[in-house]
Amino acid sequence: MVSPEISLALLLLIPLAASGLTGLCGQRPNLREAITFIASFALLAIVIHLIGFVAAGQRPELYLGSFAGDFEFKLILEPLGAVFAAIASSLWILNSLFTMGYMRGNNEKNQTRFFLFVAIAIAAVMGIAASGNLITLFIFYEVLTLSTLPLVAHKGDAKARKGGTIYGLILMGTSLAFLLPAVIGTHVIAGTTDFQVGGVFPSGTSLLTTSILLFLFAFGIGKAALMPVHPWLPNAMVAPTPVSALLHAVAVVKAGVFTMIKVVTLIFGPSLAAATPMSTVLSWVAAISIVVASLIALRQDNLKARLAYSTVSQLAYVTLGAMLAAPAAIIGGALQIVMHAWGKITLFMCAGAIYTVTHRTNISQLDGLGRSMPWVFGAFLIGALSIIGAPPLGGSWPKYFLMVGALDSGKAILIAALIVSSILNVIYLIPVAARGFLKPPADPDIDAKITAQKGAYKWVIIPPVLTAFGAFILFFFSGPIIDFLMPILPDGAF
Amino acid sequence: MDILSLLPPWLLTHGVALLVVLPLLAGAAMAVIPRERIAWTITFMVMLICMLCALTLALQVIDQGRLSYKMGGWEPPYGIEYVVDALSAPVLLLISAMAVICLFYASPSVKAEVEPKKRAAFYGAFLICAAGLLGMVVTGDAFNVFVFLEVSSISTYVLVAMGHSRDRRALRAAYDYLILGSIGATFFVIGIGFLYMETGTLNMADMSNILDGLDGGSRVAQVGFAFIVIGLGLKLAMFPLHMWLPGAYAHAPSFVTIFLASTATKAALYLLLRFAFTIFDLSFDYVVTILSQFVLVLAVVGMVFASIQAIFQTDVRRVLAFSSIAQVGYILLGLSFLTLSGLTASYVHLINHAFIKGGLFLAVGAMWYRFGITRVADFRGLSKTMPWTMSAFTISGLSLIGVPLTAGFVSKLQLATAAWERGYGWAVGVILFSSILALVYIGRILRVAYFETPPQINGVEVLKNEAPLIMLIPMWILAILSIVIGINAGWVVDAAGRAAELLIPTQMIGRGL
Repeated sequence: MVSPEISLALLLLIPLAASGLTGLCGQRPNLREAITFIASFALLAIVIHLIGFVAAGQRPELYLGSFAGDFEFKLILEPLGAVFAAIASSLWILNSLFTMGYMRGNNEKNQTRFFLFVAIAIAAVMGIAASGNLITLFIFYEVLTLSTLPLVAHKGDAKARKGGTIYGLILMGTSLAFLLPAVIGTHVIAGTTDFQVGGVFPSGTSLLTTSILLFLFAFGIGKAALMPVHPWLPNAMVAPTPVSALLHAVAVVKAGVFTMIKVVTLIFGPSLAAATPMSTVLSWVAAISIVVASLIALRQDNLKARLAYSTVSQLAYVTLGAMLAAPAAIIGGALQIVMHAWGKITLFMCAGAIYTVTHRTNISQLDGLGRSMPWVFGAFLIGALSIIGAPPLGGSWPKYFLMVGALDSGKAILIAALIVSSILNVIYLIPVAARGFLKPPADPDIDAKITAQKGAYKWVIIPPVLTAFGAFILFFFSGPIIDFLMPILPDGAF
Repeated sequence: MDILSLLPPWLLTHGVALLVVLPLLAGAAMAVIPRERIAWTITFMVMLICMLCALTLALQVIDQGRLSYKMGGWEPPYGIEYVVDALSAPVLLLISAMAVICLFYASPSVKAEVEPKKRAAFYGAFLICAAGLLGMVVTGDAFNVFVFLEVSSISTYVLVAMGHSRDRRALRAAYDYLILGSIGATFFVIGIGFLYMETGTLNMADMSNILDGLDGGSRVAQVGFAFIVIGLGLKLAMFPLHMWLPGAYAHAPSFVTIFLASTATKAALYLLLRFAFTIFDLSFDYVVTILSQFVLVLAVVGMVFASIQAIFQTDVRRVLAFSSIAQVGYILLGLSFLTLSGLTASYVHLINHAFIKGGLFLAVGAMWYRFGITRVADFRGLSKTMPWTMSAFTISGLSLIGVPLTAGFVSKLQLATAAWERGYGWAVGVILFSSILALVYIGRILRVAYFETPPQINGVEVLKNEAPLIMLIPMWILAILSIVIGINAGWVVDAAGRAAELLIPTQMIGRGL
């Protein structure tokens, strides 16, 4: 079998090679898409292979270079990263299917450039997932920002340029202004930036110092979209929907919250994080983010904008889990990364499918459309229920563990934020599906035409159905995932 | 070293002298060579030999440590001594290698920008300039430094003025540089005079010993030090002594700008390190005061103000010129920490910035060559009309900002770490603030180039018109080098570490604090 080192290298090389080959095969769309599929399946296979090692207690390691004696560029895969890599690589396959249908269905231009940068972004995500220390993580974090910038500005019109500029400025700005100092500070104070179970800071580090660092991390990881550094996310919605689906519901934002959890558990360590006064402040900020973003989502008529604010709110769940720093809360946050990814990508793909088939973008235009597109609206309903946290869907577990975590850490009042948010989720997500199924269509003739021609668009309709099914199946697999994640906690249990 | 045994022995023993003598003689010979082609060939061969010499010297230094060469067989301290050590060897290699890389580019670029009759003379002036820069670095004699400083400066004034057939403002820029450069040189020579008065010797090693014996010397030595710092400050464009630089960079022929941006200020920075840390050293209070307070403040102000000025320039070459002043600020900042890690960071950035800024000016020169443009507004759609040039510009530009996986990130990371270790948390903020300003001034150019459509001339969109291969090769060498350093900077950092150890001997660590 392939050795762990080579598998780690392949984690980066497969998407990069796919990106290069995509560039070379720009003139032949079928071959180009075939490369993307082969690469995405190969990547998933490698990730599964690596998960085998990680589950057996190994930590595959690969040394890439150094920037000096003590800054090393290296990859180490631990359970949290393996889970993140698994989500990103499995959803890359489904999203590629969707991308193909979407890009061809909408006759988007520069499709080759699009596939090329998506593949680079996936490589960066794999790098983030497998980073062995903070500095490596920071590097891939920035590569992810840069490789997704052309995707956000893909359309090239004034709106896309503005969105791209805000995206680049906020993500680059926060990472340079806050995250990098935090990384350097960690390096100087702890003498290392390697991720270690239980944290790296020597005992006796002053709580003021850790407070400052935690603050810098929380806002420096702009991809986690904690308010008030969230505006890049709604602005990134100018991108084609496959980008919103894969990157802004899964890869980029999850890279942010993944980093947040990883920093809290493996740099600070849960006990130090909980003892740091700043974590209380930040858990309140996260709770406020959850509620305020849901309220803003309520007011959006544009479907993608509503989903974007919903994402801001859902991401804050993970940040909340990290900042509560109780074992159950951290596990809840990690589960939220998994469950929200499958739920939210479903919703975005449904929005993209609706746009491709009908060219409608606003919720008010969706009346009765569910009768013409039952599968899409059915998938939307399941995705929405998972986001809300209704059993038996995957999204119910993270909410449960977060509530337990809030109780454990003595901040039971924050449970209120979770409950309010779930209610708000019902109010702003369910009506979308309900309008589609229950209201009469505004113009039955047009809808009849849509029903007739939607067969041509099957590749935008199948993927969301598959991911919705995934969101359901995951409900039954939370146990193995939790067992797999346990080693990231110092005690190895709750 | 195995490679060393393969080389002829005369190269090993006399390489130090050849480094200076060869370009100097060849430069003089250019006066009688009428043909541009021949002039270019000779220049190229000479610089290639120089690069080879510098490379062997660097290998020898790694192998044997300090090398000394007695000019004309006169024993130091009476005769002139040439010294190559871990501090100077990388700079020598940098200067000669950049000269070779730039010369590829020169053949089309000089044809486009310099009058036909002056081209042979142009190469002559370039050789003399290179000889001066190499001489400044290699000599171990303080007065000799002044001589070579003037050799390189005067030939630089000529080179800058040669840009007048492209842009008349080059004459004004050259004149400004002449006046300010001469003032700087005067300050420097006065400083040397004071030192001679105090120590009675001109040999650097000897000077250092005598000053040590005098425990830093009297006020004469102190005043001498101040004069030297200001004189060199002018030459290396320390804020606010940078007034000559934007004009000179913006109006000189592209080739000259590239060479100056990546070598001239670097040689002057090397001299500052040499004087401040080896002739004088950190056991003298006044050296510590001037470097850790005076230079620190100027470095920080320069980093911020020059970056802000860069944002408001309309000409890309002036953007890059102001950026150079800011980058000099970074190097001076690392120096002013007076710690091993600070000096290492400084030295790393000295090398990296040469590659980065060289790469950027190479790309800008190619754009002028094809389209005659230098204004930011004229960069519209360059990503489509000159994709390869623009990609190289982008890579070097990202490196200038300090994006990870590029050389610039390595420098900034080192510098920020050094600042934090020194206890200057605020300096980390300044470094990052200045990086964000760099993001703005480079981002502004990239935005125009990537997001706007190519201009239309008479209703027809400008067609793709890529730079010639011979121009693309040098800029891609530097762009790729930037990425290579970004992934594995071990060799640069090690070289810088060796240089820094020479500057702060082990027993001195912590004395400056």
